[in-house]
Amino acid sequence: MAFSTPTDLQYTKSHEWIRIEGDEATIGITDYAQDALGDVVYVELKDVGETLSMGQTFGAVESVKAASDLYMPVDGEIIAVNGDAIDAPEHLNSDPYTSGWLIRIRLAEGTIGTLMGVEAYEKHVDEIKH
Amino acid sequence: MTLQRTPLYERHTALAARMVPFGGWEMPVQYSGIADEHHAVRNAAGLFDISHMGEVYLGGSGALAFLQHIATQDVATIGPGQSNYSLMCRPDGGIVDDIFIYNLGDQYLVVVNASNIAKDIAWMQQHTAGFEVTIENASDHTAMLALQGPAAEAILSGATTFEIAAIPFHGVAQAELFGHIPALVARTGYTGEDGFELFVGNQFAAPLWDALLTLGMPNGLKPCGLGARDSLRFEACLALYGHEIADDINPYEAKLGWVTKLDKAAFVGSQALRAIKAQGTARKLVGFEMVGRGIARGEYPIHSVAGERVGYVTTGMPAPTLGRNLGLGFVPSSLASEGSEFEIIVRDKPVRAKVVKTPFYKPRYKK
Repeated sequence: MAFSTPTDLQYTKSHEWIRIEGDEATIGITDYAQDALGDVVYVELKDVGETLSMGQTFGAVESVKAASDLYMPVDGEIIAVNGDAIDAPEHLNSDPYTSGWLIRIRLAEGTIGTLMGVEAYEKHVDEIKH
Repeated sequence: MTLQRTPLYERHTALAARMVPFGGWEMPVQYSGIADEHHAVRNAAGLFDISHMGEVYLGGSGALAFLQHIATQDVATIGPGQSNYSLMCRPDGGIVDDIFIYNLGDQYLVVVNASNIAKDIAWMQQHTAGFEVTIENASDHTAMLALQGPAAEAILSGATTFEIAAIPFHGVAQAELFGHIPALVARTGYTGEDGFELFVGNQFAAPLWDALLTLGMPNGLKPCGLGARDSLRFEACLALYGHEIADDINPYEAKLGWVTKLDKAAFVGSQALRAIKAQGTARKLVGFEMVGRGIARGEYPIHSVAGERVGYVTTGMPAPTLGRNLGLGFVPSSLASEGSEFEIIVRDKPVRAKVVKTPFYKPRYKK
């Protein structure tokens, strides 16, 4: 099964995506991640105003079966959370890159993270599947 | 460790199931989705491959006496063509495993958990002294399918001239399915619904799987994985070894006093169990509902409202049929009564929960 991986995004090994726009960025989970989780039934996100380092958890998503932590792809401060995703977690399954976004952050100065482009991420997913 | 595969492995991959390791086996956790499969079993029917389970045949003139010695249930009450749930306990009262005992007339079939096959057989062999009993491990050549849900009886009736409807709750009978598949058909299961468990030789597993899925599709039958098996048994509050029961948990802690028949003759563990029952247990398994926002998961700590660690969660999830965030866990007996409150520690944060009645979902067995 082929998963959607938009070319304008960057990705992490833990299956978050990040769209960097100037000194702000939007973060969510990938199509592969939502499929692996199954029906997302619960989303928990840290609060606006929290400053987090790369690799720290900014929340968790849960299916019937399991809870998965969400990891910061870069350093930054949360400036918005997607209340619709909390109220209707099915957005993460149906539209992980659009209405299923999770948090918006202000990037910490100089942060780069260890991000992958589309090709590297697709290869990463292939390696997990085989 | 190499994972074992059931005779239906290719069927699962052809159906694009997600395969996971479970108890040493590579098993399907889901096909269409856990919630979808869960609802299929509650509303129509589901078909599960449970060939990883262990099947042990006990024969010989002393088989009943032997089972009475190692099982907590009064096995003499299980007549030919009947079955019942039981435990095997250690001398200290801890639970070796939970088992299902089928009386086949000339011998007994004991179904044990996949992860415990070697342990249980060793346990049985250690206790044979003085009993005329043979122990045959048929696990490697026996496949087991579970057909569960309100439509199960109608579907299975279409597969045989045998009168399926005449098999009572916990009854077991030999029947020929689809004209050529000899099967042991038992009205047992692990979902809280009416349904059947089918035992066949490995070579019949794939033909039976295919024929049942085709036959049952108009009735809403769906292939179901271990994910739905877990969520279904959880709602019905049926214990899972390694979670609600284990070697260091006794039946009175795990709400399984009802399968522990101290009024029958002495058996392995009966002395300790009598003392435990008389004394009462310090901890008890309870069902709880989350009051605050959060989902409990197995192994999450349970704290008292005052913040002291007092127990742990054994299983927790958002219950698909009930639409509530529920859990099972061990707490001090002082916190075990309905309405008692404590905190579940979810990702380092306390979330309030309160004890509710169990089972969460009242089983709809055909009795």
